[in-house]
Formats: sequence, structure tokens, C-alpha cells
Amino acid sequence: MQPLINQLGDLSKDEIRRYGRHVIMPELGIDGQRRLKAASVLLIGTGGLGSPLALYLTAAGIGRIGLVDYDTVDDTNLQRQIVHGQSTIGILKVESAKRRMLDLNPSVQIDTYNVPLTSDNAIEIITPYDVIIDGTDNFPTRYLVNDACVKLGKPNVYGSVLRFEGQLSVFYAKEGPCYRCMFPEPPPPGLVPNCAEAGVLGVLPGVIGTMQATEAIKLIAGIGDPMVGRMLLYDALEMSFTTIKVRKNPHCPVCGIPADQVELIDYEQFCGVPAHDHIEEEPAAGDLPVPQINPVALKARIDSGENLYLLDVRNPPEFEIALIDGVIKLPKPQIEQAADAVFSGRAALEGTVIGQIPKDREVVVICRSGVRSTDVIYLLREFGYDPRKLINLDGGILAWADAVDPTMAVY
Amino acid sequence: MPSIKIPTPLRPFTGEKNEIAVSGATIGDALNDLVTQFPELKAHLFNGDQLRSFVNVYLGDEDIRFLNGLDTDLEATSQLRIIPSIAGG
Repeated sequence: MQPLINQLGDLSKDEIRRYGRHVIMPELGIDGQRRLKAASVLLIGTGGLGSPLALYLTAAGIGRIGLVDYDTVDDTNLQRQIVHGQSTIGILKVESAKRRMLDLNPSVQIDTYNVPLTSDNAIEIITPYDVIIDGTDNFPTRYLVNDACVKLGKPNVYGSVLRFEGQLSVFYAKEGPCYRCMFPEPPPPGLVPNCAEAGVLGVLPGVIGTMQATEAIKLIAGIGDPMVGRMLLYDALEMSFTTIKVRKNPHCPVCGIPADQVELIDYEQFCGVPAHDHIEEEPAAGDLPVPQINPVALKARIDSGENLYLLDVRNPPEFEIALIDGVIKLPKPQIEQAADAVFSGRAALEGTVIGQIPKDREVVVICRSGVRSTDVIYLLREFGYDPRKLINLDGGILAWADAVDPTMAVY
Repeated sequence: MPSIKIPTPLRPFTGEKNEIAVSGATIGDALNDLVTQFPELKAHLFNGDQLRSFVNVYLGDEDIRFLNGLDTDLEATSQLRIIPSIAGG
């Protein structure tokens, strides 16, 4: 196949040295490396498959890599999601991955999308990339990625794992079949377990993810035979690799019609399952109600010497008017600026004002009436704070003045 | 005897066996023998007499939809496999 990327990026002397072991292979050569530099790759999912993908594509010198994930790192991820680490538990996965990737190769541009991929945002997110890599963990997102790639004419490097089995293919409707040619419909809900229910050998996504990275590099540089029209089946217990043919279905409901007529649908409804693989034992943190404490109860807990972290998020002029003893003053706009800096990758959490707010203590957030403090609590939840430890002073300073300290000025 | 490779998601219905020996002159016969041996599989593979659309059956490296479907002839050494839809990542 012709190289996907015809543009040749500029390589510095240092870069030629860094990528020397690529450049000396005639199949890649300096032009192949320049194509990698000029290329952009979107990783959908920074989990089991996304981890080796992120690491190897960064190391290989891809010019720009996009990361899409809305999850945060937790310790159950680290059995297989090796781009993350103990030090980034509680951090957004896109941020955690970005840090490791920039440590590996600071010359790569990394764009982060801390959102779920949906029918509403998929076209906008996918359009600016040359190669799309499906490393998601659920059927709805896989059908969405496929359909959006067909619509936009992009190659979709597919990998999927469960227990000890993995699959690899390249679905590229311009050159061959799409995911729907092979799997026109999802299995009925409940038949096929996900990794959270059925398990996955931690090394398995490493095997499949590195092969996805290989396919992406081959497509960009135009070398070898890409897995278009073929699927590799890997069985780790047998240590068997079997390749089967994937035929283009001329009646495929997606790649069998003109690309511009492909419509993105409600994929959760189509698949009958949610677009994530979490076992839903409790509502997501964002949906949990904010714990409240009334002023009298707070006063009693302060007086009894409890180790509470009192965080006042009002603005400096307001501190002059009325203040509860012992609070930490941190205006909400400063917290929001810090959050923006972290989300956009300009700062690490620890280096911002948010980093000084403890995760291991109960934090009581205070404002004038309880509205701004609630906003701050929702924002802090994004950074892995235990929702049960972020408590709102119900009614704010106004309620405190009313119930605890009548001498306090109100405004 | 022909054999059928069973993917992970369907192994709970075959007593966790990953490969089943079956008898039959065609793929249809072989699959009927499979679901006779393991009746719980039937509802997962068939809708009446038709294979369900999400079930991919391969003979060697070829999708049987591009052969002669359930009427495709089998040999004693034929290897069938059911390709699962999996979504983990």
C-alpha cells in the first residue's frame, strides 16, 4: 500500500541520532522517519491497549498523538495499563499518560481529550488525525469509531482482548472491509462478558497493543502488508496466532453506502449496553450527592479538635469582611485556573494550588452561601478526590453567621 | 472427524472445552451435532434454522458466508471455528 503520509517532517540532527535504528533500515529510511514525524495518530482509550500504543508510538517519533479517555487512574488498572503508575493514581488517564509520554520523548506533541467519545463529538475529534486506533473497552464505542472512520475515510487500527484471546485487524473502508462487514451487529447484551467481568491476562493487551502500533507505523510509512482484509486471532494459552480473511460485504450498512451518507447513531441503544466496561456497583462520582455539614455540627467538630481541612473559596475582598478561624484561603478562580492548566497539560497537579489540598483528610469547602463551594467540590472530584471526603458547608458563611457567630458581619 | 474451535464467550456452554469433535457431511450437520452435544449453545448460535447474524463461522481461514454457507461440504480433517465478538481493551 502507498504511504498514508506523503508529507515529510523535518528531522534535527539530534532526532536523526535518536531514531538511528529506524533510519538505518532501508524499508523505513530517513523518509519513513520523516513521514512518522509528519503523521498524527489518535488513540481512543488509554487503558490496556492504549498503554503500549502510547509508549511505542511516542518512542517511534510520531509527530502528534491524541489521547481520548475520560477515566482516572486507579490501582486496579496497573495490572496491565503500564503507561500509568502508582504516582498517578487518582489523576486523569489522559494527563497521566501524557506525563509518561513526554518523559519518553519530549518532542512529540500530545493532545488530550478528557471526554467520552460520543456521536456528537466523534467527527470533530477524529477529523484532525491521519490514523485512528481503537483501544476502547466496549461495543458501543467500537461501532462508533468504525462508523466515524468510514464516514471520514480514515483507517481504524482495531485491537480487542478478553481473558486469554486477542484480535487484530485494520479496518479501512477505502481499501477493504470495515468492522461492520465482519460484525454487522453486536452480540446480545449479556452474552459476551467484558474484561471487568471475565478478566484479562495483563500481558495480553500488551501483545495486541504493540501489534496495533506496528500496523499504524506500517500504514504511515507504506511498508509491508497491512492487516487490511485480514484478522489475526491470538490465543495466549495455546500461544497460537491464526490469520483469517475478512471480506468486504457489498451490502454493509455502513461501508456499502457513500461515505458522506453514513449517519452516526445512538450506539448504546444499538448495542444495548453502556459505553464503558465498569461494573456499576455505585453511581459515578459525579452523580453522588455532595455531603453537607451544617454550621453547628461543623463548629462542634472544629472545637473537638478534629483534623478537618477548612477551605474558603471566596474572593480576597470577601475574606476582609468575614472569616472563620483557621481556614485556608484559596479563591475559586485560582482553583479553576489550576484545573485548566492541568487539563491542558501545562502543569502537573502537584505543582498547582490544587496539589496543596489533601486527599487523605476531610475537606470542608466554604463560600458565602454554599453555591461556589459546591462547584469547587464537583471540580475537585475530577482530580480523584474521594467524594465522601469533600464536604460542603451548608448555607456557607451566611448560615455560619446566623447559627454560630452572630457578631460576624454578613454581606 | 471435523472439529470446531469454541471461543471464550461460548465456553461456559461447552463445559469450558475449547475444541469439540463433531460429525457431519456439511457445516450445517456439524453445527447441529455441536448443539445436540451442548443444547445450551443452540439459542446462542441459531435463530430457528438460521445462524444468528453476529455469529461468524469460519472453515479454515474463510468465512462460510463466502463459501456455501451451512451447505458447505466438510472433510474429516476440516477445522471450523466460531469467531467471537469481543470488545475488551
